[in-house]
Amino acid sequence: MRAMKKLLTSVAVATALISGTADAADKRIAIVVKALGIGFFEAAAKGAEEAAAELGDVEIIYTGPTDTTAEGQIEVINALIAQRVDAIAISANDTDALVPALKKAMSRGITVISWDSGVAAEGRSMHLNPSSNALIGNMIVKLAADHLPEGGDVAVLSATTTSTNQNIWIEEMNKVMGDYPGINVVGTVYGDDLADKSYREANGLMQTYPDLRAIIAPTSVGIVAAAQAVADAGKIGEVNVTGLGLPSEMAGAIESGASKSFAIWNPIDLGYSATMLAYNLSQGVAEAKPGAEIPMGRMGSLTLDDKNEGAMADPFVYDASNIEQFKSIF
Amino acid sequence: MLKTILAARETLLLVAVLLLLLLVSSRFPAFIEIDNLVKVLTDTSPLIILALGQMLVIVTRCIDLSVAANLALTGMVVAMLNTAAPELPIVFTLLIAVSLGAVLGAINGLLVWRLAIPSIVVTLGTMTIFRGTIFLISDGQWINAHEMSEHFSQFPRGSVAGMPVLAWIAVLVTITAWIFIARTPTGRAFFAVGSNPHASVYTGIDVGRTQCIAFIISGALAGLTGYLWVARYAVAYVDIASGFELEVVAACVIGGIAIAGGQGSVVGVLLGAIFLGVVKNALPVVNISPFWQLAISGAAILIAVAFNSRSSQSRGRLILKEAEQST
Repeated sequence: MRAMKKLLTSVAVATALISGTADAADKRIAIVVKALGIGFFEAAAKGAEEAAAELGDVEIIYTGPTDTTAEGQIEVINALIAQRVDAIAISANDTDALVPALKKAMSRGITVISWDSGVAAEGRSMHLNPSSNALIGNMIVKLAADHLPEGGDVAVLSATTTSTNQNIWIEEMNKVMGDYPGINVVGTVYGDDLADKSYREANGLMQTYPDLRAIIAPTSVGIVAAAQAVADAGKIGEVNVTGLGLPSEMAGAIESGASKSFAIWNPIDLGYSATMLAYNLSQGVAEAKPGAEIPMGRMGSLTLDDKNEGAMADPFVYDASNIEQFKSIF
Repeated sequence: MLKTILAARETLLLVAVLLLLLLVSSRFPAFIEIDNLVKVLTDTSPLIILALGQMLVIVTRCIDLSVAANLALTGMVVAMLNTAAPELPIVFTLLIAVSLGAVLGAINGLLVWRLAIPSIVVTLGTMTIFRGTIFLISDGQWINAHEMSEHFSQFPRGSVAGMPVLAWIAVLVTITAWIFIARTPTGRAFFAVGSNPHASVYTGIDVGRTQCIAFIISGALAGLTGYLWVARYAVAYVDIASGFELEVVAACVIGGIAIAGGQGSVVGVLLGAIFLGVVKNALPVVNISPFWQLAISGAAILIAVAFNSRSSQSRGRLILKEAEQST
């Protein structure tokens, strides 16, 4: 089994190698993902190709192990070092396990950045986050407000009372409520990331607040369950469900109209930005240090914080106009 | 005499449910509108169906902790089947769900019967195996609303005489269970096995076989609920109904099923499930802090059980008056 995995990994790397001998003058940037065959990363690769086409002299090596293990990624990294690529942009399966291999790459003059899922600070020059807590907090209330020009009551359906991510996002959301006059958050309930409890809580919200106009669910289980509850209560058009969700899971809710829009990162933009950053760093256009501003093409520029991390952009909004394109991706 | 005690216990539970409804309606009047009560019944239907299956298992001195995992696995299988063959008539979906659930239940039953492994160990094991199997067949992916065909996800929602099909199925299962337990030899055998396994052997009842049948029925009902659950929430993934088995056991215990076996009634279980269902549906609307909700649910269970065990204590007959005086 292990031998089989090794073989498959080498085949994947070899394929990348063969396709990668087109032009010796090209800068070669390796996009290393958690595992091959995952829709999200295939979409990121598409974005990387887009960046390469824009830059002209770049060749993308899209690679990764066949399953999501750190060992598999280490083999891939070693192969890339042997190939003397110019830069490696990686979404890591393990924060610490990849550090020695990536350090080796950096000592050979290869630019290493992490994106999506980060590597410990000593194993990369910088990390690209898809978004930041503040941007997400603002986005979830903006999504609700955009469809309520006259304002109205909205409620939050979260995961558990102790979910760190959701609590931070809701806190960030409350900070910017002043920018959305007329939007009135009447309550926060917790669906515990269980479909049945979230469904029941959403029903409870609609009963308790007859004037409710939107439910904000910053959790993928909650948003799906709330959309179903709204549809079953016959309140489509009256109560809009929004928040954070995955296009594949929310396609039905967008189609039925229970949700007008929702947000999550855009993998295409993420792959595009990672490539742009890796290129600019390897070309010496910018240096990865706290406070640095690194250009990333059509996505603007990235400002690094004191941990050499930066947030790409607002979460990307999905609605009826683009759900068809993304629902098969992730 | 025994009959009146049983009747009294169920009356007590009924009073508790009514008091609860009254209490909730004092804070949220719309809760006791017929419309909403039908919603609560519909929401509680999966719990009622599962609790009735669990009841048979508990009555035979066993316990089935794998019901929620069975539900999730069957739900995933029928959902995947639906994506592969969207035109499959609903009758076949139901048939497949019930049979697959029964097969999974039979695995539990056979292990308990043939290998004489304690049921809590068997079902703890199969619970994990079933969940793991869902991951294997689904690869961790979700099956979502837009991948399910219209008739698949709409069937439990369809309204018959003002009540959703889901609630009607619960009513049907309750009536069938009541007749089965009260009027068939197998139904009576469950109680015989639970009250006194040794005595039931002498009356010609095969204890292991009876327990196995209880597991098969519990599994079949879990399978049926699996389809209904997936269709109702229009989503199937590894973790659906996780932890639900404990709620099912709680409904049975509140309903007066003796954990030691041999005692219990369909009406009790029905009321126990409804009691929990009312609590679950009332908490979100009466504006109680979510931090308190779990504690309140737990306290309600303890109080109900305390009541039950008090009312079911049968006083022993005093046969040695002098002995009592001397102590």
